[in-house]
Amino acid sequence: MPGKTYVQATINGEHTDFLCEPRQSLLEVLRDVIGLTGTKEGCNDGNCGACTIILDGRIVTPCLVLAVEAEGKEMTTIEGIANGSTLHPIQQSFLENAALQCGICTPGFIVATKALLDENPNPTEYEIRFWLANNLCRCTGYDKIIRAVQDAATTMQEAKA
Amino acid sequence: MTTTAYEPNMVLVNETFDVVGTRPIRHDGADKVTGRALYGADFDTAGLLHGKILRSPHAHARIKSIDTSKAEALPGVLAIVTAKDLPTTKAGVIVDFGEGNMELKYLRDNILASDKALYKGHAIAAVAASSPHVAEEAAALIDVQYEVLEPVLTAPEGMKEGAPLVHEDLKTEELGEKTDKSSNLASHFRHTKGDLDQGFQEADIVVEREFNTVTVHQGYIEPHPATALWNQDGRLHIWCSTQGAFVVRDSCAQILDIPVSQIRVVPMEIGGGFGGKINVYLEPVAALLSKKTGHAVKIVMSRADCFEGTGPTPGSYVKVKIGAKNDGTITAAHAYLAYEAGAYPGSPVGAGGMCVFSAYDIDNVVIDGYDVVVNKPKTAAYRAPGAPNAAFATEQVVDELANKLGMDPIDLRLKNAAKEGTRRADGPVFPRIGCVEVLEAMKSHPHYSAPLEGPNRGRGVSIGFWFNIGLASSCSISVNDDGTINLVEGSTDIGGTRASIAMQAAEVLGIAAEDVRPSVADTDSVGYTAVTGGSRTTFATGWAAYEAAQDVKRQMIERAATVWEVDADSVEFDKGAFKSKTDPELSMSFKDLAGRLSSTGGPIVGRAAVNPQGAGGSFAGNIVDVEVDPETGKVEVLRFTAVQDVGKAIHPSYVEGQMQGGSAQGIGWALNEEYYMGEQGQMTNTSLLDYRMPTSLDLPMIDTVIVEVANPGHPFGVRGVGEANIIPPTPAIANAIHSATGLRLERLPMNPGAVTEAGWKQRK
Ligand code: FES
Ligand code: FES
Repeated sequence: MPGKTYVQATINGEHTDFLCEPRQSLLEVLRDVIGLTGTKEGCNDGNCGACTIILDGRIVTPCLVLAVEAEGKEMTTIEGIANGSTLHPIQQSFLENAALQCGICTPGFIVATKALLDENPNPTEYEIRFWLANNLCRCTGYDKIIRAVQDAATTMQEAKA
Repeated sequence: MTTTAYEPNMVLVNETFDVVGTRPIRHDGADKVTGRALYGADFDTAGLLHGKILRSPHAHARIKSIDTSKAEALPGVLAIVTAKDLPTTKAGVIVDFGEGNMELKYLRDNILASDKALYKGHAIAAVAASSPHVAEEAAALIDVQYEVLEPVLTAPEGMKEGAPLVHEDLKTEELGEKTDKSSNLASHFRHTKGDLDQGFQEADIVVEREFNTVTVHQGYIEPHPATALWNQDGRLHIWCSTQGAFVVRDSCAQILDIPVSQIRVVPMEIGGGFGGKINVYLEPVAALLSKKTGHAVKIVMSRADCFEGTGPTPGSYVKVKIGAKNDGTITAAHAYLAYEAGAYPGSPVGAGGMCVFSAYDIDNVVIDGYDVVVNKPKTAAYRAPGAPNAAFATEQVVDELANKLGMDPIDLRLKNAAKEGTRRADGPVFPRIGCVEVLEAMKSHPHYSAPLEGPNRGRGVSIGFWFNIGLASSCSISVNDDGTINLVEGSTDIGGTRASIAMQAAEVLGIAAEDVRPSVADTDSVGYTAVTGGSRTTFATGWAAYEAAQDVKRQMIERAATVWEVDADSVEFDKGAFKSKTDPELSMSFKDLAGRLSSTGGPIVGRAAVNPQGAGGSFAGNIVDVEVDPETGKVEVLRFTAVQDVGKAIHPSYVEGQMQGGSAQGIGWALNEEYYMGEQGQMTNTSLLDYRMPTSLDLPMIDTVIVEVANPGHPFGVRGVGEANIIPPTPAIANAIHSATGLRLERLPMNPGAVTEAGWKQRK
């Protein structure tokens, strides 16, 4: 069996280190080694977006990233979105808009939305749909997700003003 | 003059309540937006091993030998199982878990193939190892020798004389009678009403068309996970994502030949099911591996495993013939439905037969249904299973009749709409239903009268029927001394049912939805509860919660009477308060009394078990605008309105969500989704890139109209909402394509290739 590699990274603002096999994906390590199971697996080949995280400011699907590549990187997962004991406005908006049914896609959508609104605080419906097109949801038909993102954008804009 | 703004989501409210009909935040919400909710694959326990299943690369092959020696020798491998590790089965033992009868031998063979592999992806053997990677390596080292046989892949092919036989011993059941004919045709049934020939003679116009649909998958985002621990005391514990923990328990008991009392199933949060997470696949295999190793064993499917190894919904061949008078009265209808069952008998053709003409009141009907085994995965339920295949045909033929008669397509449907008292060809007489109300809501919707601007655009409508089911549900409620209640139920929450169940209890007890703590319990901890399926959960488990709350109310009234030293008959409960009917001084809120329970006689627990029969059928209709690219044949959905009679929307947001989700699945089925099969029966598009489900960019907003025609068979009028909404999209889109192009699309999916080809045919 190949030896394990020692990796240091920052996850949700905390310095983290772990040992991993070269063949392990970042998704597998996040879930099975570190125990951050909020990041979901839907396909393991980059096509569903359920595993979406933010890595050095960009959204990636960690099922397509090798864990050893995380060395020195900064990551935000769903577990790092809430502000301490209060939900992030995006999370709150998903709840208020009933933007989840089974909820398996939700962590990926919320993380992707966070990255979207960080970059484009006032997106159009088309921009939201375009940005979220790599996140599959089989339950909702996206309607309420789009509304949740629009509402979250408004709330966050108002909070800034 | 006042103008009202357009409402994308309307509720045509029938009756109002305090809690029922409001939109509280779901009880499991925070867990699900923070990543804290634990789904099947998130389960972990000490000493956990990982399993991997080796699957057949052939669609039809005899298994000659299985050599596991190389795999066993791999370091980290702890156990390997094959069909030999399952109890042996005599043919002819029939089991039923509420979703239809099945031969026990077939059920076991579908878990691990014993003699033949019947589809590509059929499970052959499984490994337990120290890591998923080792298990995968080991599975690849198992040497299976096959004698490859010719596969049969569609229902019409399978019914041909001389077709390769999927099961050499399968005998056709013809109109309820077993014959001695070996065939892939498992059964043929017929429903009749009136005199078909006479009906067609009365018709001034007759339209007949043939339609083909292909295999599609439920497409839940969470692949199947299961962990089993066969404990040293003989008890089997299973943690999985399932629509029915009791179905898993009962299936595993049958498959493994152990008593149900030896099994405990813990339903983890579930990442979508749509009917596809009722049957067991992994659980018995993980159990066998656990028994061999003494460790808990977890198996999680890959996406390809889901496509190739779990139930899709069938491809089908459907022929529909309908006759009508010049005034639009439909006089006769005949349907020929041939559905693929997959590898074992039991396609949803029965349900197709129940739904094919049920939106209409027709005097003369014959419905023939054929259940045909083929070399594809055994079909499983998928949202209104069987109904969309049939409606794709019926609703296009009705559209064509409207065109030929020069009638508005909604008016034609209204003229013939099923109503209270209409007898369906399969027997039942409709109680109060909302078919007419749905059609009227469609007709008066602003979408229907909005101008269609631009070239290559068309509008289509359609309607669909689903019967919904009742079945058993259990619930218990304990009262906390702060005036809240804990509610325990057994229905997996796939889309907000903790909320819709809790709200019904809250309504009865006059408390807020937030004052209920609902939890979904394991099979040791709650009474028997059937699947989350058949649009039954809010209806039946909601009813159980209603009855359990009534039980609490009765006991609380007695307690109030004890405290006041009056007769229980003189105490009433209204708007959250207990009151004496005679003494206005005596009044106590639910919360006050809850706080005094321990000092006045002890805790109160309410309970109920129900098995309601009065599930009211649901009708759903669509108005769809499309634009067809004349160059490429690509169809874009521009505007979509979904209308459905749900009886009563307990939580309208999640009702809209069901309607929107079912519509989106219907749009995917209509335009993109298919098992793209190679000639030897290999699905060639087993990734979510190639099996193209709708993305956010493919869809418009999906507007909804909730119609509430109360179901007399439920305390709040609930009918159920989960399924009917997937029925109308495929024909509504086909009718819209016809309105845009003049082309009749007779097969699914209506992808660019199909549309272009239909155009060539027309020009020829
Ligand atoms: S699991 Fe990573 S994209 Fe699907
Ligand atoms: S809520 Fe189930 S997949 Fe999105």
